[in-house]
Amino acid sequence: MTTTQDPYAGSRETTEGRVYTVTGGDWDATLGADPHENERLVVNMGPQHPSTHGVLRLVLDLEGETVTKARVVIGYLHTGIEKNTEYRNWVQGTTFVTRMDYLAPLFNEAGYCMAVEKLLGIEIPQRAATIRVLVMELNRIASHLVALATFGMEMGALTGMTNGFREREMVLDLLEEITGLRMNHAYIRPGGLAQDLPEGAVGHIREFLEVMPKRVADFHRLLTGQPIWQRRLKDVGYLDVTGCLALGVTGPILRAAGLPWDLRKVEPYLGYETYDFEVPTADTSDAWGRYLVRMSEVNESLRIIEQALDRLEPGPVMVEDRKIAWPAQLSLGPDGMGNSHEHVAHIMGQSMEALIHHFKLVTEGFRVPAGQVYVPVESPRGELGYHVVSDGSTRPWRVHVRDPSFVNLQATAAMSEGGMIADVIAAIASIDPVMGGVDR
Amino acid sequence: MSDDGGSNVVPGREEAGYDDATAPSGGFRKGSFGVSGSGDTSGFGGLVRVEPGGAVALHSTERPYGGWFDEVTDALIEAVGQATYDAAVQRVLVDRGEITYFVAREHLLTLAQALRDDEALRFELLSSLSAVDYLDSGGPAVAPGRPRLHVVYHLTSMTYRRRIRLEVAVSAEDPHVPSVTASYPTADWHERETFDMFGIVFDGHPGLTRILMPDDWDGHPQRKDYPLGGIPVEYHDATIPPPDTRRAYR
Repeated sequence: MTTTQDPYAGSRETTEGRVYTVTGGDWDATLGADPHENERLVVNMGPQHPSTHGVLRLVLDLEGETVTKARVVIGYLHTGIEKNTEYRNWVQGTTFVTRMDYLAPLFNEAGYCMAVEKLLGIEIPQRAATIRVLVMELNRIASHLVALATFGMEMGALTGMTNGFREREMVLDLLEEITGLRMNHAYIRPGGLAQDLPEGAVGHIREFLEVMPKRVADFHRLLTGQPIWQRRLKDVGYLDVTGCLALGVTGPILRAAGLPWDLRKVEPYLGYETYDFEVPTADTSDAWGRYLVRMSEVNESLRIIEQALDRLEPGPVMVEDRKIAWPAQLSLGPDGMGNSHEHVAHIMGQSMEALIHHFKLVTEGFRVPAGQVYVPVESPRGELGYHVVSDGSTRPWRVHVRDPSFVNLQATAAMSEGGMIADVIAAIASIDPVMGGVDR
Repeated sequence: MSDDGGSNVVPGREEAGYDDATAPSGGFRKGSFGVSGSGDTSGFGGLVRVEPGGAVALHSTERPYGGWFDEVTDALIEAVGQATYDAAVQRVLVDRGEITYFVAREHLLTLAQALRDDEALRFELLSSLSAVDYLDSGGPAVAPGRPRLHVVYHLTSMTYRRRIRLEVAVSAEDPHVPSVTASYPTADWHERETFDMFGIVFDGHPGLTRILMPDDWDGHPQRKDYPLGGIPVEYHDATIPPPDTRRAYR
């Protein structure tokens, strides 16, 4: 029987074979007196979906479970949409910008189209403005539901996630019925809308208005009173008004800090000043306040939708100017959405001039007088600003989007440094960033 | 883009009676499809048109500007002093209900600080910061002494519910602008993006690195002389060229 000395595990031969003696406990000698002193760990979170926000990477410096430094790395979803718009005509721009913040596509379309309309100096018909408000508020509900659903998922409340997505599906069904698509609608166009509300849509929206308040109440019953939910959210991701303004943060985060800054109220557009609704605020400046503000905003959006439905009057949904308005009405054919059969019959069989007009407007587009404008709208995440520059031609010279997710995500470090690593997730979920908008 | 991008002489400007001093914002454009050297036999390629307006309006709005624009301007003059204001603000343009101050970069930080802190101004929020490349955007905009890169700041006063725009123009050869991150910390990412996309160097920024493009990327994609890129796509036996080489009406 021999024993060999090995620094890791001594061994000896026995009749049963070789036996190792594994010892340990020499870490104190290796590391010094306190092994937890100066324990700095750099953790790379991502790049991947934290949930459905998109691809985000966090680099966290940790001491124990405390985050001492949080750096956010973005750009994984950069698709060059801003530059792409410079190579398409003004109407095609709508189909690009709608893909930026994919949870709030109609806000992107509305912001872009309002900027183009301001450059053109045109007013859209009343019915178009009302329907824009209507679809945007539907979209706001859908977006907030995703925010709440993913919030639940990230906190481990999976029923919140399934409920949120179920409710969102109702909104998406409505938007599909109205626009033809669940997302990326390209429904709002410079000068008005692609098409009027289909028959039956108003009835379906009213049914939704009946159901949704109950679902919001369910959500409150499921999450709001729950002690775990409250403890995960309260006093987490703190950012007060001063911090918000310094970091340019707007939307529910700013309102949860107590400032009732909502562009629908302070700089009304599309007739928002004529709607009766409140701007929900909280005074907690934390993730809990943001959760409550979003929940209340869903209710306010329902109020606005109801009023919009009540005031819908028959009328055109596109400007009269035939040099801007798309020449054809859209209709559903056997191969999908397209120009209506009557219009095709008219231009192909009856009127050469109509054909020329259609061809010119579709291939060449319209010219927009030179100049620049900045048009902000209140998206579910805050101020969504469109800085659009025209050089007088048929294409935008430059489209810059001030995306609220991009700006708000900067607050990650301020919200999570000094807190626990688990609270980083709560803080980011309460920002509700959509990386499609962040990276554009 | 026309084929005489680098040159400042636009053919036909004399014939069209063009005069730098009197033309408020005119520009010139050659051809009709924005493509040159493609063997266009339609004859449209030889067209020289006077544009009703170039991308950059070059005139200055005379006072009174109207509305609260005068109030803000007076408050700004009071805050920084008439001498600094005259040196800093090269011209003011009121267009479509928006006011733009064209600012010399040396005085940008003084103005930004005053705009944020002065009681009568209170532009607490820097809504947006980006740039526009006016390369080749029509006659006067590309003339010497008219820098092509314009950094654009959109400021919001939540107290008074007002919005103004500052514009700082720099050339591609000397693309330096002081960073406003000290006054507006939100400018951090905006300036990184503007550096990434336009190559504008913000002096004094705490860490000016690329933000959207990969760290080792060459070039600045949103400059006008940076191609869009793309590959031809085959569809139903036809080849569709990439968007930036397609014929298009300009």
